[in-house]
Amino acid sequence: MQFMLILNETTDDFEQRNDPARAEAYWGGWNAFIAAMGQAGIIVKGDGLQGPQLATTLRIRDGKRTVEDGPFAETKEQLGGYFVVEVPSLDEALDWASKAPCVLTGSVEVRPVLPPMPTPGR
Amino acid sequence: MTAPVETASSYRAAEQAARASYGKLVAILAARNRDIAAAEDALSDALLAALRVWPKTGVPGNPDAWLLTAARNRQRNDHRAVQVRRFAEPEVARRLELPEPDEALVDSRLALMFVAAHPAIDPATRAPLILQTVLGISAARIARAFLVDAQAMSQRLVRAKSRIRDAGLRFGVPEPEDRSERLEAVLDAIYAAFGQGWDSLDAPENPDGLTGEAIWLARLLVATMPDEPEPKGLLALMLYCDARRLARRDAEGRFVPLDRQDARLWNRDHIIEAENLLTAASQSGRFGRYQCEAAIQSVHVQRPVTGRLNLTALRTLYDLLVSRSDSLGARIGRAVVIAEAGAPLEALAELDALPADRMQDHQPWWVARGRIAALAGRREEASTALRTAVSLTEDEAVRHYLLAVLDDANNVFDERG
Repeated sequence: MQFMLILNETTDDFEQRNDPARAEAYWGGWNAFIAAMGQAGIIVKGDGLQGPQLATTLRIRDGKRTVEDGPFAETKEQLGGYFVVEVPSLDEALDWASKAPCVLTGSVEVRPVLPPMPTPGR
Repeated sequence: MTAPVETASSYRAAEQAARASYGKLVAILAARNRDIAAAEDALSDALLAALRVWPKTGVPGNPDAWLLTAARNRQRNDHRAVQVRRFAEPEVARRLELPEPDEALVDSRLALMFVAAHPAIDPATRAPLILQTVLGISAARIARAFLVDAQAMSQRLVRAKSRIRDAGLRFGVPEPEDRSERLEAVLDAIYAAFGQGWDSLDAPENPDGLTGEAIWLARLLVATMPDEPEPKGLLALMLYCDARRLARRDAEGRFVPLDRQDARLWNRDHIIEAENLLTAASQSGRFGRYQCEAAIQSVHVQRPVTGRLNLTALRTLYDLLVSRSDSLGARIGRAVVIAEAGAPLEALAELDALPADRMQDHQPWWVARGRIAALAGRREEASTALRTAVSLTEDEAVRHYLLAVLDDANNVFDERG
């Protein structure tokens, strides 16, 4: 079964990425987490994301297009990355989620991936 | 196979056998794809078939296997139901004597309890879910026991079942490191099931249905988790209560309160087993809610031996209980002990501090309030509370008892002038 681990980080987490004093520990934590998942052979796909300051949000309402800089909502936690993993059940997905560095500061949302849509016309 | 004697009794035998199998079979049917609702659908079809066939043929030697085969056929063939239904019954008949090992049934039921107690399930829904899926209790009855609106309870159960099916929860007994948290929810549900059976104890068609199941489930937990003290505590608690079964009614069927029961009618074997369980549990050095409740029952059981009820011990235990699990039942019980120990005004204040909206239909609260107000010498309040308690009591024998208490209270006050 496939689950997405939605990795939410705090502002401070994002700041660590570029803070010379803390960046090494920050990236070291993530590298270890990703290497462990890779070794277990469970990664289907996944990426880290640039911080929310580089987000651009688009909406079209009544045919009118608005573009804003920044994430769609200012919250304490922002999406920092995601992984789709293949594991037997939610229990294993939660076990992996508990090893993500951001679980100690932000959060990890775990969601089952939708099964493939039935192909129309078949 | 048992030969049927006459239709009405064979129908009833069929119905009882079918009901007894319910939870075990839901567990097994749902274990494959985690779809509890579909398992219940398949099983209810099988039950209908059983109620059609068994009164004619007699209850098969292994009713579980019969129902399981019928329900599996239904599950397997759902998509081509029409042509298969014609062939299903001979197939079922052919497999009728197929043995199904009891161990597998037992383990599936445990697994179902633990998936319902999964951390990804809303805590308030875990116990009702176990009750419905493992014990086959209707949402309406569960709602009454949990002081919740029936419609809301029903929706909660439906949501939880889709969550188990779609969110990928694992069916199985959790690893030791996760057990204690999930065990608590399982124990709560078993105790709630016991309470349900206890309340309907006098229904002639259901002499001891759920209390037996609950005790059985607790024994199973004690056997499978010998190092955990709380299943022992729960089993002891239920055995203490069950030991008094015969003493709860007098020869005329009238309700007898605990402090007036004839201790010679108590089941000694149950009490000895309960005392031993409590001792064994205490050796773990991990005290818990159910050990505490069992210890309270142990104090009551000592009354006939020592000739008096040890109110000091009860007060200590109720204080512990309230500090561990701040339940309404624990608070009401403690208030009564406080009043009996000579502080009825303090006890009234404790009772009145409980949430009024949840207490207005809660019979034990009104019974306690009647008793405590009488001890405080507040005649009007006692009468009002007892009358409300009577109106909330479904059990005929208990209602008569409360009416007698109401009479007594009025007479005592009349004598005092």
